[in-house]
Amino acid sequence: MPANAYNGFTDFGVGIGLRVPHYRHILSEKPVVNWFEIISENYMIDGGRPLHVLDQILEQYQVVQHGVSMYFGSPEPPNREHLKRLKALVKRTKTPWLTDHLCWGSVDGTYSHDLLPMPYTFEAVRHTAQKIREVRDFLEIPIAVENVSSYAEFHVSEMTEWQFLTEVVESADCGILLDVNNIYVSSRNHNFNPLDYVNGVPAERVAQIHIAGHSKFEKYILDTHDHPVIDPVWKLYARAIERAGRTATLLEWDDKIPSFEDVHNEALKANQFVADVVVA
Amino acid sequence: MMNLHEIQHRMLEAVMQPLTEDEQMRPRTRDGKSMHDVAAGFIKPNDRLSSFERLEIYNRQYWLRLLGSLEEDFPGLRTIVGQSKFEALCKAYLMDCPSQSFSLRNLGSRLEWWLRSHSEYLQPRAGLALDMVRLEWAEIEAFDGASEPLLIPEHVLATDPDPHFRLQPYLSMLSLHYPVDDLLVAIKKDNPGAEMASNAVVERGKQARLHKVARQKPQAIFLVVHRLDYSVYFKRIEREAFDFLTALREGKNLSTAAMRAFEGREIQENRLLGTVQGWFENWSGLGWFCVPKSTDQDLISVSGRQS
Repeated sequence: MPANAYNGFTDFGVGIGLRVPHYRHILSEKPVVNWFEIISENYMIDGGRPLHVLDQILEQYQVVQHGVSMYFGSPEPPNREHLKRLKALVKRTKTPWLTDHLCWGSVDGTYSHDLLPMPYTFEAVRHTAQKIREVRDFLEIPIAVENVSSYAEFHVSEMTEWQFLTEVVESADCGILLDVNNIYVSSRNHNFNPLDYVNGVPAERVAQIHIAGHSKFEKYILDTHDHPVIDPVWKLYARAIERAGRTATLLEWDDKIPSFEDVHNEALKANQFVADVVVA
Repeated sequence: MMNLHEIQHRMLEAVMQPLTEDEQMRPRTRDGKSMHDVAAGFIKPNDRLSSFERLEIYNRQYWLRLLGSLEEDFPGLRTIVGQSKFEALCKAYLMDCPSQSFSLRNLGSRLEWWLRSHSEYLQPRAGLALDMVRLEWAEIEAFDGASEPLLIPEHVLATDPDPHFRLQPYLSMLSLHYPVDDLLVAIKKDNPGAEMASNAVVERGKQARLHKVARQKPQAIFLVVHRLDYSVYFKRIEREAFDFLTALREGKNLSTAAMRAFEGREIQENRLLGTVQGWFENWSGLGWFCVPKSTDQDLISVSGRQS
């Protein structure tokens, strides 16, 4: 199950996000890291230092692309310029699979640059799945969609979030990037049991797992990626790999970024849960 | 029941509405409706937050993210106009010119154009501020703009005595009224990583920047914003060199560009040739010339045949 059609039949293990403050350390020290996840949009440019650094990273490491602006749930068709740039980057990185979020963020070409939550309706399932298929057909690469953290729910929703995720990925025949931190954040914001979510998704479609930290406020939790992973999230992770098997796992740390070693060591904690699953 | 498109239209409109001065979501929409009613119309409340408060989280995030992006891209403009005026102009700009690109990199692409008709945000230093915006956008373009295969001018001159030359796409030439290059370098040197500094250091940096802004006197400069070894540089050039490069970029051939550069000036032919030759040697070393588009395609097909 860990190596499946949705992650290009790979078995990457534990990786971390490639972030600018770590460039110098990675290029000079060449630390052993299973793989890096890059934010696609940071490299969908025409030239300069970011692409130069990426090419150096690609000489040494496996890289998987993660997008933040495809907006599968947005009303307009995929932006052709966006797709062309993304495909050029896919050819450059040779990413075995590609991920982006199950969300929307633009309307008629105006962008919010946020990951806005979907109404969980059958209309939204049909629309989103169709767009995922179009993007996959153009890029000719497996796609996995990530569940987002959310702070709002809609009156029109006809199912739970995990039912919606399942309907979309089965209708689009794509993979899941299961973000267990996002599940935890949303469960606290919307009062559901996060284990119901983890137990409710089709495990055979899980291509990758995200872990991360978040910030607690008085009345809600915000997905800030600026803290270590908390124990309840590790428990969800343990359950996720118990169901999905050893799966490519990625720690996201995007703000107040500590040293490379600190981030990498936090990510490697995932291995102890993987070992437990293998032994069991 | 609202359909998907209606929900998305309504939510995006609310998310992009400016916050109040104390960073709250506005109680009324632009057309006067109660925002509480609008939010309750499509967003569920929970046991801790009303529909309005849940929508407000996204409204705040939108402005935090986009204002942060502009602050990062235009630290020079912020220093010149001051933090509060900078925030006000960014909010007004984003209302008039919301992002039309999937990438935040392009968020400031229309800022200079917009500011030219909104100079009230730049007073009393509008000229200085406009020069700075042009420089900061050119810096973004030079950082990650396209580069083409390098051209060796001598190779072209060997086959065509009066050729056209193409400049690297990432290169910008700016005719400025103030020495904003020095000012921007000083601002960045003062505050290389504000989040790492103590308040005292930030305060000293702020004072130093304000003094530098106050000292800025008009001075015409001609600047090339370029890239070398993946770092961005500002290079001042003479007016003649600027006119020459501008003519080349416009597609003029070598002799026409030289005539334009020295128009109305008496200069001996030998000296003119020597000057132009010196420019080419310098600029070729900096990688400013690239292979013309048609030759580019020829090279690709040749390399395809070879492989």
